[in-house]
Amino acid sequence: MWNTVLNFMLDPNMLWILMGSLLLGLGSGVIGAFTFLRKQSLLGDTLAHAALPGICIAFMLTEIKSMGLFMLGAIVSGVIATLGIHIITKFSRIKQDAALGIVLTVFFGIGVVLMTKIQHSGSGNQSGLDKYMFGQAASMMLSDVYLMAGISLVLIIVCTLLFKEFKLISFDPAFARGLGFKVALLEQLLLLFTVVAVVIGIQAVGVVLVAALLITPAVAARYWSETLGIMVVLAGVFGALSGMVGTMISSSVTNLPTGPVTVLSATALFTFSFLFAPAKGLVFKWMRQANHRYALKRQLEVEPIVSTKSTVERGEL
Amino acid sequence: MSDFWIILTGSLVAISCGILGCFLILRKMALVGDAISHSVLPGIAIAFLIGGSRDSMLMLIGAAVLGLITVFLIQLLQNGGLQSDASIGIVFTALFAIGVIIISRNASQIDLDLDCVLFGEIAYVQWNTLIINGYDMGPAAVWMLGITLFIILVVISLFYKQFKICAFDPALAAALGIPVMLFHYLLMGLVSLSTVASFESVGAILVVGMLIVPAATAYLLTDRLGMMIVYSSLIGILSAVGGYYSAKWIDASIAGAMISVAGIIFALVFILSPRHGLLARFSKRRRLKSVVVDS
Repeated sequence: MWNTVLNFMLDPNMLWILMGSLLLGLGSGVIGAFTFLRKQSLLGDTLAHAALPGICIAFMLTEIKSMGLFMLGAIVSGVIATLGIHIITKFSRIKQDAALGIVLTVFFGIGVVLMTKIQHSGSGNQSGLDKYMFGQAASMMLSDVYLMAGISLVLIIVCTLLFKEFKLISFDPAFARGLGFKVALLEQLLLLFTVVAVVIGIQAVGVVLVAALLITPAVAARYWSETLGIMVVLAGVFGALSGMVGTMISSSVTNLPTGPVTVLSATALFTFSFLFAPAKGLVFKWMRQANHRYALKRQLEVEPIVSTKSTVERGEL
Repeated sequence: MSDFWIILTGSLVAISCGILGCFLILRKMALVGDAISHSVLPGIAIAFLIGGSRDSMLMLIGAAVLGLITVFLIQLLQNGGLQSDASIGIVFTALFAIGVIIISRNASQIDLDLDCVLFGEIAYVQWNTLIINGYDMGPAAVWMLGITLFIILVVISLFYKQFKICAFDPALAAALGIPVMLFHYLLMGLVSLSTVASFESVGAILVVGMLIVPAATAYLLTDRLGMMIVYSSLIGILSAVGGYYSAKWIDASIAGAMISVAGIIFALVFILSPRHGLLARFSKRRRLKSVVVDS
């Protein structure tokens, strides 16, 4: 284990990749905390799938395989997807979950059509689209890692600066409007950040698993704190921790992709919190219930007997 | 002949999913199908390791077991006080991650294409035929999906009233003495069944799309559950047929085209639906405004 850590410290490339996954985990953990509180946990899943047509169109238009271009296409189609969700839920009686599902499947369906078009035209194999779909952080190029780390850092900084605003719109948008904040603008900004976090997450862990980067650390953090500030910081720390552990384990064992290990590290953190967090964890809940039950039983059964016994002993009965 | 088999397969998926999708939409659990279709992956991988080959029966059992585990875990987290969408997200990503790890650790033994499980290839349906006593009985997928549809029809028509009350008002259902949890698990079991039966032949994306999009379209067209189920199935079949021919026309993925056509139908209905459509809403609003101005 320490050998692995030492190897990381000595190899500048690996150090950068480690740094990148750490920052990515931190950034998406922080963003995820807000999306979780706004009850949009599965937004990440939808946006990840909705990125596909954008990537395909970016490739079809330019015929160049570049990570920056793919990301631009993915961000554009992600923004269109959030607009679609907004329009469907606002102008019809369809609920949020179904709107997310519709946008997810239809965008992904269109993306698959475009992708098969590219493959049939013969240039798809060298485009690396599949790699983009399933993600592999350990084999990323250094320039991509710089990009990922840089964007994550920007996300984290902006979220810190806008913390108060995001806090307001997460808990009470109507109150925020009353105070004169531009709620619609802030909501769009948060959605844009979510799109960006998802898009950079895709290349590290793949389309299906990127949802977990947003949800799992945030939910795990929710078990430890009732204060938003602490929860957001914890979500970031959990995300960073799982990104780091995932990269380290997967690069020291052969045939172990980064994404799944990262996600399972986050899941392990969640399971621990779900069971053992004080106040909200399952084990402590059970213990508290057992205590109450014992106390109640004592009150109903034992204490009357004791008090009767003492009255008898005093000769009053 | 291949046209016929592919359209038939697509339509069978569309009807099964169309019926179940209505109940999922009404219960606000549209994305459960998405979760199940991803989280069956470790079951398929383990079945592959045990069987050592692409044995359909073993894979089906493995996937079905994982489908039930998924539903159980989601329910467990929800009972622990977590929102339903968050619990869905945590469970399916964790199980999918386990599946990917099993497959990539045993890549030499598992000849399973991740793309194929996710995107599916309905075009190959006709080549995998069921042969009994030397007679060619037609594509195996058609049999599998036909049996699935039959089971769904029987269960839903037997307990239609119960499912209906559970979908609209679970509290009332519980007060009337209907075992709500039992019907919840029954519905989820049917969803896993149709996901599992179709994933190998048509891919997860078509199943998930057919579970959500036609049912949501039907939801905009009618206020009656019975009609909603009929509309949803018809829209599903229409998307399957339209998708097949447009895929042939532009030479692209059939499953993707079927979902795209379903999306186009949804968009049309979203704008034009006589009661819940965008135009109807706007004209109603304008009418109200003019009434207010007049008075």
